[in-house]
Amino acid sequence: MTSRAALVLEDGSIFRGESFGAPIDGEGEVVFNTCMTGYQEIATDPSYGGQIVTLTYPLIGNYGIAHAHEESRRPWIAGLIVREYYADPSNWNSHGALGPFLQRHGIPAFQGIDTRALTRHLRARGTLRAVMVSDAVGIPDAELVARARRVTPLSEKDLVAQATIVKTVEWQVEPASAAGKHVVVVDCGIKENILRSLARRGVRITEVPFTASAADVLALRPDGIVVSNGPGDPARLTDCVATMSALLTSRVPIMGICLGHQILGQALGGTTSRLPFGHHGGNHPVQDTRTGRVHITSQNHEFQVDPDSIDPKTGFYVSQINLNDRSVEGLAHESWPVFSVQYHPEGAPGPQDNQNLFDRFISHCEKAQ
Amino acid sequence: MNAGNVRKVLVIGSGPIVIGQAAEFDYAGTQACKALREEGITSVLVNSNPATIMTDPGVADVVYVEPLTVEVIERIIARERPDGLLPTLGGQTGLNLAVELSDAGVLDRHNVRLLGTPLETIRNAEDRDLFKRLLQSIDEPVPPSGTVQSLAEAQTLRQEIPLPLVIRPAFTLGGTGGGIARTEEEYVRIVERGLQASPIHQVLIERSLEGWKEIEYEVMRDSADTCITVCNMENFDPMGVHTGDSIVVAPSQTLSDKEYQMLRSAALKIIRALRIEGGCNIQLALDPNSSNYYVIEVNPRVSRSSALASKATGYPIARVAAKIAVGRRLDEIANAVTKKTSAAFEPALDYCVVKIPRWPFDKFPSGDHTLGTQMKATGEVMAIDRNFEAALQKAVRSLEIGGRSLAWESPAWRGPVNDRLWDQIERATDVRLWAIMAALRRDVEPVEICRRSGIDPWFVRRLQRLVYMERRLLAESLTPELLREAKRLGFSDVQVGTLADRLPEQVREARDQWNLRPVYKMVDTCAAEFEAATPYFYSTYEEENEALPDTGAAALVIGSGPIRIGQGIEFDYCSVHSAWALQQAGVQSLMVNSNPETVSTDFDTSDRLYFEPLDEESVRDVLENEGLSRTSVITQFGGQTAINLAEPLAHAGATLIGSDVEAIDLAEDRRRFEDFLAHLGIPQPPGGAVTKVEDALVIAENIGYPVLVRPSYVLGGRAMEIVYNADELVRYVTAASDVSQKKPILVDKYLEGREVEVDAICDGDDVLIPGIMEHIERAGVHSGDSIAVYPAQNLSPEQEAALIDYTVRIGRALQVKGLMNVQYVVFQGQVYVLEVNPRASRTVPFLSKVTAIPMVRIATWIALGRSLQAQGYHTGLWPKQSLVAIKAPVFSMAKLVGVDTYLGPEMKSTGEVMGIDRTYLAALTKALLASRASLPKDGNLLLSIADRDKPEALPLIRRLTELGFGLYATAGTARLIEGLGVSVLGVARKLREGHPNVVDLIEQGRVQGVVNTVTGIRTPTQDGYADGFDIRRTATERGIACYTSLDTLRAAIEAIDDSERGYSVVPLVEYLDSVEPATAGDRSSR
Ligand SMILES: Nc1ncnc2c1ncn2[C@@H]1O[C@H](COP(=O)(O)OP(=O)(O)O)[C@@H](O)[C@H]1O
Ligand SMILES: Nc1ncnc2c1ncn2[C@@H]1O[C@H](COP(=O)(O)OP(=O)(O)O)[C@@H](O)[C@H]1O
Ligand SMILES: [Mg+2]
Ligand SMILES: [Mg+2]
Repeated sequence: MTSRAALVLEDGSIFRGESFGAPIDGEGEVVFNTCMTGYQEIATDPSYGGQIVTLTYPLIGNYGIAHAHEESRRPWIAGLIVREYYADPSNWNSHGALGPFLQRHGIPAFQGIDTRALTRHLRARGTLRAVMVSDAVGIPDAELVARARRVTPLSEKDLVAQATIVKTVEWQVEPASAAGKHVVVVDCGIKENILRSLARRGVRITEVPFTASAADVLALRPDGIVVSNGPGDPARLTDCVATMSALLTSRVPIMGICLGHQILGQALGGTTSRLPFGHHGGNHPVQDTRTGRVHITSQNHEFQVDPDSIDPKTGFYVSQINLNDRSVEGLAHESWPVFSVQYHPEGAPGPQDNQNLFDRFISHCEKAQ
Repeated sequence: MNAGNVRKVLVIGSGPIVIGQAAEFDYAGTQACKALREEGITSVLVNSNPATIMTDPGVADVVYVEPLTVEVIERIIARERPDGLLPTLGGQTGLNLAVELSDAGVLDRHNVRLLGTPLETIRNAEDRDLFKRLLQSIDEPVPPSGTVQSLAEAQTLRQEIPLPLVIRPAFTLGGTGGGIARTEEEYVRIVERGLQASPIHQVLIERSLEGWKEIEYEVMRDSADTCITVCNMENFDPMGVHTGDSIVVAPSQTLSDKEYQMLRSAALKIIRALRIEGGCNIQLALDPNSSNYYVIEVNPRVSRSSALASKATGYPIARVAAKIAVGRRLDEIANAVTKKTSAAFEPALDYCVVKIPRWPFDKFPSGDHTLGTQMKATGEVMAIDRNFEAALQKAVRSLEIGGRSLAWESPAWRGPVNDRLWDQIERATDVRLWAIMAALRRDVEPVEICRRSGIDPWFVRRLQRLVYMERRLLAESLTPELLREAKRLGFSDVQVGTLADRLPEQVREARDQWNLRPVYKMVDTCAAEFEAATPYFYSTYEEENEALPDTGAAALVIGSGPIRIGQGIEFDYCSVHSAWALQQAGVQSLMVNSNPETVSTDFDTSDRLYFEPLDEESVRDVLENEGLSRTSVITQFGGQTAINLAEPLAHAGATLIGSDVEAIDLAEDRRRFEDFLAHLGIPQPPGGAVTKVEDALVIAENIGYPVLVRPSYVLGGRAMEIVYNADELVRYVTAASDVSQKKPILVDKYLEGREVEVDAICDGDDVLIPGIMEHIERAGVHSGDSIAVYPAQNLSPEQEAALIDYTVRIGRALQVKGLMNVQYVVFQGQVYVLEVNPRASRTVPFLSKVTAIPMVRIATWIALGRSLQAQGYHTGLWPKQSLVAIKAPVFSMAKLVGVDTYLGPEMKSTGEVMGIDRTYLAALTKALLASRASLPKDGNLLLSIADRDKPEALPLIRRLTELGFGLYATAGTARLIEGLGVSVLGVARKLREGHPNVVDLIEQGRVQGVVNTVTGIRTPTQDGYADGFDIRRTATERGIACYTSLDTLRAAIEAIDDSERGYSVVPLVEYLDSVEPATAGDRSSR
């Protein structure tokens, strides 16, 4: 096999491999994810919009793809980079291989790349813009690099607008038990396992676009509100932040997840900033600042709420921190039923250890009248 | 519980190496003792195994090398007054002892707290019934099953659950006594066996899950209820083959994230329910056709799998478990790899790890090779690469089974696919992997193989990919691209050469020319997310090399590979000490090894660890990466594995330090060695090499029977025998020349004398002899299977002088630089040399411990150029200690169905223990106690003694009757006994003579010990042999003492005679006269 494909980074480095995805070029910012399973969940996580994902686990495709592993209606990654792709999956639940799936959705994917070298590179340089060129044979390096440098940075893209649903949807919940609680989910590019996790607890769910105003949300008479994860730079979402501020005064229980957490942080007057190379993986230890207990969490984010930007006078405190870099992983109010987490309690991929957060949210919904 | 109120902790080691309990517990115990020290806690360690690093000075604070019995441990507790007991690091032995100590009231009496895992947890995990109930209470699925205490109960249960059924005895090691029953007959047989094997006479019977995926999770939990999984592992061989006998891959390959997380969540739920504080191993079965699963087993302690997981991820489970046990929380424990993060995280792997078991069937070709729920492997190898194919192929190379690559095929499979090939695939044997390759080469569809073996298609297709590459290498011309692809799939230069019709060296040259060299990647626990400084590397064919060479002098210690019979943990001990000695001398120490169980492959043992196969290609690649000019190689510590590499490495331009290739060749080349000794005027047993029966007869006639015969080139284990007459000789030579095809057979005079072993350290001029050991069993029993006594008790001053003189002269003449081992036989007062090994021997750890001479350090420093004199030593025998230390072998024969247990010139033991005391008899008593070779206190014995041995047996029989034993005997032996005026309890019939026969006697529990000697060639057809074989096997399987050498019996009788006098239990150092003046070493190190 010859290495026709090239991943070209803005700093001039070029990694050559072979294409196994859509035979087209791609562009975005390159990040790495350290999960050892869950490639389909990663590919279909809307938060990855605008990003080329490198999987550090080298063997990808082993168990194929399955409907149960879809986190949204389509893959959102700008491209996939792996060390070795297996086209002949084995799993009872699989209905096909990863390569054709990506091809169907027009996502480029390369294999044969020294992904560990790439990861070490990204660790040292931080997240970089890049192009994926499916057939780079004959194209001078300088031209390739120039293309990488022309890629629009993530923070200049309106990614949430693409990922959110267009109109309000009610989720059918079976069995419709639920103590009749109604949860409104603000969709900034939600992962379906958040919805599934809520549904499993028997609540009625209404999913609204991220453009919904506080009045729109409250008009649905929710017992609780979830603001979801989503792609891109949270600082661009000034409207959402304003909505959150308004919702906070309503005293309806709120749970923020990932981007939702960053929106809450800003609504409290806090700021957000970019991590050197983000957190993407299923093994991040997070410590509860009050109990000292540590949880393993699934994470996928580029940005963080700045730790010192939350004024204690708001009544909110940093409830959880990341043990690796001490970044903020959770916010909670001293007495209101409002909290948020930077990580993904729904896992998918990653541990299910934090499913209890949904229980906590539901109990808030039940208590609040 | 917190670290503050634990000050002194007793750690129980796992004792001798046996199948199912190997070097992993030395690794775990050593880590734990170091961890306790870091916490400021005094550690008291007890272990009966002298070949371990953990029993060395400096690892634990107080070391006892004493038998692992309740009585001994109570004495230690009374003396040391520890406030905690850490039972989870000594394998099943440690756990069982903790339960016994508690049941005996010892822990309460002395106010000792169990640390880490509460007693209740041990019971809940180990008692199958309690375990089942606990799991049901937390809604975790367990296979339908029942526990029974009798065959009758088992018959009732049988009505409820249909066949096939799995039968497992409670509280046993490595599945001893269990099995899968597919028919009624099998059911009865296995239930009976299982009841017998269980110390609490209980077996669990459950639905067979053969063919389901077998998945393991390594889980940790701390006192704050923080839980993490270190990694999961998937068995290539599905349920039905013990995980210890399965090829295992980490992380799992065929599980989706949903399945991975489902099982992970179950594992966390279970460790919480069991309230374990520390680590545990959880085994699960997953249906390949749905998301149903069952929990199979929990081991609430560190285990073989946890050692593997530690090496596979870089996460030091035993170290962390020890710290948790004394009250630390996971987030308070630093991540030793990244130094920045804590132990509260889950490792992310960016490579694939493959483990393959190492079975002893090369030693025991006639044993039953079928793999099942009972473990048979003595050791294992691990390999790491960026894909499964390459990791697998490197692991195969690491096995060291006669250079067998995946290309090997059994002659029985020749031609188109036949039943014998299918049999190996369906039944699961040690060669299943090769059989699958052979079937794929014959174009069998992977699905068919999967259907018949239960192996997941993903794995079989990976093998198919290797077959495709083989075809390309055969058909296409070798281009840089093709070679690169082959290397990325783990094909060795030898394999590529064979397929592409080149010499291995030519392939290497092509690689050099095309710049195809492996790079080395780091095992860093975090998939490169964080910067790490772990000096732990594996090779792969990729772009970026992370193991950039340092500057300054470095030396590479070649390890000893997988634990196997004849090459055990002793050589790992030596490798570790050599690495330490290099560091002390200011030389960068590099380690290369393939064994995941050991201390040598702990990443902080050496300055840099390369986890690689121990073959020429891999070691040369490592050397080239480090720089041939600055890196020298030490081959004398890694057993035969390392010494075999000396010649090829030297040839390739490596700088060997220590004895040179010439010395090695001289000692190993039979003919040259004969001339060499003759030239020195040192006697050796007369003999010669023959290829024809007639010549053999002539030589035997000349030197006189009995003779010892062996093929000079051992093929398939057809090995050494003692032959008493011409008939036997003809039979042996005929059979042997069939297998060895023209390779000569060595015929030596069998000198039935006293075997003596000498380890020496030589710098080319001076020869230091730390000690002389004498064997209890006469020559003819392999030195590794004999009980060895230090200092020798029965040598005359002249004999001792001769031994010293010969050893010194041999060392000088061979120009040994480092360690040397010489085996002698003293026959009719005269000393003969049997064998010289210019390398570390099995007895080095034992002798180092009991003489306090740091033998490996001295030898390593000699290799670096420091003379003995400069290190404070001189020529001659080091003053004898006033203690007596006795090393006794330990066997794993119960696990190896079909293997004969008699002692002979072929080694069979898997481990060793030491009894040490002030007197010979006290030391002997302890050695026998620790190796479970003592005579029973009272009861009946079965005697069946070969004619040849009868005269010699008389006085022993007399003593046995005086001691009050009742005797059963076979007819001839009974006549002998009655001749003494003693009546026998019964004459045991031969097997063919109907019931009750010899075997019935044992099975019915009427005898508590067996004495059975054999003579002549052991072929199953031979009259009397079959009976003897069954007697020995039955005794072994029933766990009763079986003496096949009168010398061992004599020793056991002596020990019983002395038992009133008792033995001492004190720390090892208190037996020693004086510890070696540390100044001697230190002075020279400056
Ligand atoms: N129900 C079962 N059906 C089929 N195989 C089984 C079953 N239970 C256990 N085994 C096999 O037996 C092996 C040993 O059983 P296990 O309970 O783990 O005992 P051990 O204590 O010897 O590890 C397992 O590794 C598995 O392959
Ligand atoms: N000529 C001999 N006379 C008596 N016993 C012998 C003789 N040669 C070997 N043996 C016995 O056989 C054992 C193994 O032989 P050895 O040459 O040491 O082989 P190995 O390389 O397996 O250690 C020795 O330990 C000794 O007991
Ligand atoms: Mg097991
Ligand atoms: Mg020997």
